[in-house]
Amino acid sequence: MSTVELDMQRQTGPRRGAAEAAPRRGHRFGDPVFRVLTLVCGLLVTIAMFTLAGVLIYDSWPAIRELGFSFLTTVSWSPSSGSYGALSALAGTALTTIVAMVIAVPLAFVIALLLTELVPPSVARVIGTAVEMLAAIPSIIFGMWGLYVLVPFMQGTVVPAVTGSWLGDLPLIRPGATFQGGGFSILTAGLVLAVMVLPFITAFTRDVLLMVPRVTKEAGYGMGSTTWEVLRRISLRYALSGVVGAAFIGLGRALGETMAVAYLVGGEFLNVPSSLFDPGTTVASLIALQFGEAMTELDISALIAMGLVLFAITMVFQVLAQMWLKRAQRTAGGRA
Amino acid sequence: MVGSKVKDSTDGARRDVLVAPPVEVAAAHATDDDFDALESVISVRGLDFFYGKEQALFDNDVDIKRNRVTAIIGPSGCGKSTHIRTYNRIYELYRDHRATGEIVFDGKNILVPGTDVLDLRRRMGMIFQKPSPFPMSVFDNVAYGLRQHYKLSRSELADRVEDALRRSALWDEVKHKLGEPGIALSGGQQQRLCIARCIATEPDVVLMDEPASAIDPVATAKIEELMESLKKNYTIVIVTHNMQQAARVSDYTAFFYEGRIVEFGPTTQIFSNPREKQTEDYITGRFS
Ligand SMILES: Nc1ncnc2c1ncn2[C@@H]1O[C@H](COP(=O)(O)OP(=O)(O)OP(=O)(O)O)[C@@H](O)[C@H]1O
Ligand SMILES: [Mg+2]
Repeated sequence: MSTVELDMQRQTGPRRGAAEAAPRRGHRFGDPVFRVLTLVCGLLVTIAMFTLAGVLIYDSWPAIRELGFSFLTTVSWSPSSGSYGALSALAGTALTTIVAMVIAVPLAFVIALLLTELVPPSVARVIGTAVEMLAAIPSIIFGMWGLYVLVPFMQGTVVPAVTGSWLGDLPLIRPGATFQGGGFSILTAGLVLAVMVLPFITAFTRDVLLMVPRVTKEAGYGMGSTTWEVLRRISLRYALSGVVGAAFIGLGRALGETMAVAYLVGGEFLNVPSSLFDPGTTVASLIALQFGEAMTELDISALIAMGLVLFAITMVFQVLAQMWLKRAQRTAGGRA
Repeated sequence: MVGSKVKDSTDGARRDVLVAPPVEVAAAHATDDDFDALESVISVRGLDFFYGKEQALFDNDVDIKRNRVTAIIGPSGCGKSTHIRTYNRIYELYRDHRATGEIVFDGKNILVPGTDVLDLRRRMGMIFQKPSPFPMSVFDNVAYGLRQHYKLSRSELADRVEDALRRSALWDEVKHKLGEPGIALSGGQQQRLCIARCIATEPDVVLMDEPASAIDPVATAKIEELMESLKKNYTIVIVTHNMQQAARVSDYTAFFYEGRIVEFGPTTQIFSNPREKQTEDYITGRFS
């Protein structure tokens, strides 16, 4: 996140005109100290990262040696019957995350736009604070809210209505073999995830939109653009890398969220869900729920291998996000 | 003359009111105009402006003549920006900002509800103090308004972009980097890019709010030269803190003080023989 912020500042920060540029004095002492400090902190973080990866690999080594690549291609997780498969959990992680992002990103975006462009500042402040408070709520609370409010609502109202309508025959909606009423399901977990990542993405998007210089926007209106055109053609471009960064932050959180999902996703460890209304599991919630049941060394090692997989996935997305931001910066303003 | 005065305009914003060097007036400017015979593109009558309860403009009357450069001068905070920001109703972006009175443009009072503000803004281009290129390529910057207001084929678009860049004296500098971001240009180039973007859509009037105060003297000289050539096709209103600049580039000058137009007339007369004591004090640097 800090890198994202830095990158954004580099992109949107004020450009010093030739006339304004003036040499700065009086930083002879502060600069080296600061540099050493940042270096040390940076090193610490890097060391922590590598240690973590090292421990994960070391502890999951027995499972990796024993199971090999089949760990990733085996569907079900059932240690008692000797089946150590990550596939159903990976599928569940992907599906819940996709559901969450598909809902949260556009919604967060619209809210951020409303907050920055359309709503009077006083109202925007109130809503903004509310959104930020939403981000501070512990995930277990979301899990309980999902359990007591969302699950019955889905099971009793939404799922019967949808599956009963013409939509019920569409792929991903038509209930699969493991369907249990749809209350505990990929969709429910995804919805709660969406609510959980929404405040992050909203707040971050709002902040980058607020960084668009007033004069640039005025120049847009001065060209005879409507609010929408200024947003789409100017503010958005200005904020684009930040907005994508915000989405990636949300994605990272959705991928790793554990407790709320563990409550709601259904705990189906044996099958890949074939519908959003089917129960499933995710990598993170599987680890949380199965640790207590782990008997043998292999069980534990395989769970840690699951952790390694999750770690790798999050890293890949981080790297992708960074690469995207770099590229966005290089071409920022380039011909689209 | 531009060459010898370039140094004076470096100070950009505020210095001129302190040092008050003698002001030379370009002899060629407007001296033989018959003001009343010239067509007024904009006629302002009884314009008042309010920031919430605070009144910033009082009963402004002014006529902006076609194909002439009108300079707006006056001490900081006297309402120069406020005044020209009413012409394209850009002030409306902010709540509580309110203008009353008449601004007649093309026969209609543009302050009345129901004015097509988008078209108004196309016809009243605006250049801001700080260069404000959009976050896109040089080409796309200039094409911005063209894409907004016209349906053009690719080649027509390219032609008009080139034309606007040529008329903004920028083409030779950027023809090989049309695809690069507008913000990668120098400050002075950025400002000319904004001018190109503005004139690409063929406005009637170009409003400039201290267009040269954030850029270096050479770039300023270029922009002043540019204004001379632009006024053949456009009507220009320029706010400036730099009285040499006002004297150099403008045909008419309005002197603002505390939200009122104290004096308005041919630049030659304002600078050589002001009618009002306040004007004289200001141009001779007796107060800021
Ligand atoms: N957004 C605003 N809200 C409230 N008052 C404002 C606002 N903008 C300007 N004013 C006030 O209106 C008056 C005129 O301001 P304006 O910016 O038009 O002056 P100016 O002549 O352009 O000054 P400068 O030469 O410094 O740019 C000033 O007293 C200023 O304090
Ligand atoms: Mg001003």
